Amino acid sequence: MRGITKFVIMDILKNRIILIYTLILCVFSWSIFSLEDNTSKGIMSLLNIILLTVPLVSIIFGNIYMYNSAEFIELLVSQPVKRSAIWSSLFLGLTLALNTSFFIGIGLPVLLFVPSMTGFTVIFSGLLITTIFVSIAMLCAILMRDKARGIGLSIMIWLFLSLIYDGLVLFFMFQYADYPIEKPMAILAAFNPIDLARIQVLLQVDVAVLMGYTGAIFKKMFGTSIGLMVSLFIMFLWIMLPYLLSLRLFNKKDL
Amino acid sequence: MIELKNISKSFGKTQALRDVSLSLSAGKCIGLIGPNACGKTTMIKSILSMVVPDHGTIYFNGKNIHKEVQYKNDIGYMPQIGRYPENMSIKQVINMIRDIRGFSGVEDTELYDAFGLEHFDGKKMRTLSGGTTQKVSATIAFLFNPSVLILDEPTAGLDPLSSEILRDKIIKEREKGKLILITSHLLSELDDMLTDIIFMQESEVIFNKTITALFEETNESRVSKAISKLLKNIK
Repeated sequence: MRGITKFVIMDILKNRIILIYTLILCVFSWSIFSLEDNTSKGIMSLLNIILLTVPLVSIIFGNIYMYNSAEFIELLVSQPVKRSAIWSSLFLGLTLALNTSFFIGIGLPVLLFVPSMTGFTVIFSGLLITTIFVSIAMLCAILMRDKARGIGLSIMIWLFLSLIYDGLVLFFMFQYADYPIEKPMAILAAFNPIDLARIQVLLQVDVAVLMGYTGAIFKKMFGTSIGLMVSLFIMFLWIMLPYLLSLRLFNKKDL
Repeated sequence: MIELKNISKSFGKTQALRDVSLSLSAGKCIGLIGPNACGKTTMIKSILSMVVPDHGTIYFNGKNIHKEVQYKNDIGYMPQIGRYPENMSIKQVINMIRDIRGFSGVEDTELYDAFGLEHFDGKKMRTLSGGTTQKVSATIAFLFNPSVLILDEPTAGLDPLSSEILRDKIIKEREKGKLILITSHLLSELDDMLTDIIFMQESEVIFNKTITALFEETNESRVSKAISKLLKNIK
C-alpha cells in the first residue's frame, strides 16, 4: 500500500496544477498579510478566501484525478492488491498532496504572521476542509460512471455547501425572525463543514462579541471544549462517511 | 486448479453469465470461444475478481477467491484492451507491477527481449500503438512466471511475426504444465496450441471437450471446421 501511495503522490506532483495551487495560495496569504496591518482583520479576509477556494480546488482536482486514474485502478485490480488498499492509497495520496500544498501556501505564512491559537485554528480547519472535500470527490467519482456528470455533481455539492446552504439558512432566519431561532440556526450551521470551520475561527478572533445574541449562542454552543469536540467530531464524520461509502461501492464495482 | 460453481452475473438487464460451472486443471491449454458478447471476458474477469459475480463461487487451488488477493500472484493476465496510466513509461509500469507483486524469483524476460521492448521502454504509454500496448500486456502476463495464464484475445492487433513469437511462447509454457486459458475469434490460429475447447453461447457453456474428442466426434482435423460441424449437429 505504501508503494501505491508513493506512486500516487509522485504522479500528482508531476502534474503542475498542484504547484500552481500552492503558488496561488502563497500569493493570497502573503499579499493579505503585507497589505493589512491588523492581523485579526487579515485573518478574516484570508478565511473567506480559503473557505471559497480550498473546497473548490480539493473537490474538482480530487474528482478529475479519480477519473484519470481509471486505467491505473483497472491495472492494479488485476494484480494481487486488495481493493481497499488501492482506494485508501488514492485517498491518502490525494489528501497528503493537497494538504501539503495548503500547508506551504497558507500554513507557513499564517504561522509566521499570526502565531496564535487563531492562526492554528485557521490552518487546522483548512486541512480538515481539504480532506473532507477530497473524500466527497471520491464519492462523486464512484457514484457517476460518466466523467462530465461526476464533475457536475462535484460542482453542485461545492456550490450547495459554500453558497446555497448559507442562503437557505438566511432565508429560514428571516422567515422566522420573530421566534427565538438562534439555537436551531446554530444546529443547522453545524451540519455544514464550511460553516463549522468559519464559526470556529470567528470564535477565536472574538468577533462573535459583535454578533450580539447569535454570537453569544454560538459562543455557548461551539466555544466550550465540548462544543469544540462536537464540531471536530462532525468534521471527522464528514471525512469518514463519504470515504467509507465510496469504499463500499468500489469493493463491489465491476471493472 | 480453477473451479467455477454456478456463476451468474448480469449487468442491469443483460445477463452475461448464466449458471456457469467449469473445472480447469493444470497442464491444459484451453480455448474459450464463442460469438461476441457471450460472456467470455466476464468469465475471465470474474476469475480475477475484477467483476464480482452475483451468484456462485470460484475456487482457486481449492480456496474460495472471494475477498482474497494472494491467489493472483499465480495468475498472469493479458487483457483484451490493455489500459495503462497514460503518462507512465513502459519501464515504470513494469517496475510498479514488480513492486506490487514483491516478486523475488527469476523473471521471465523472454517476451520482453523477443519483442524488442528495450528499444522503447522509456516511451509513455499514451504514445504507444495498439500493437505495442498488446506486447507490453503480454510481457507483463508472462514476466512473473505464473502457473496460470489468462490471455484475452492475445493475438488481436499483433503483427504476424509477433503473433508467432507469442504462439511459440504459449506452447512452451504449456509444455511446462501451466494452465493456459485463451479466448480468441481466430480459430485457425488455435490449432496446435489447444488441448481443450470450451464453447460459450448466450451466457452459457455449450460444450467443454478435449481437442482429440472433438476431432474424433466430427472426423475433422481443424478446430474451425470441427466446431462449425458440431454446432450444426447441435442445432
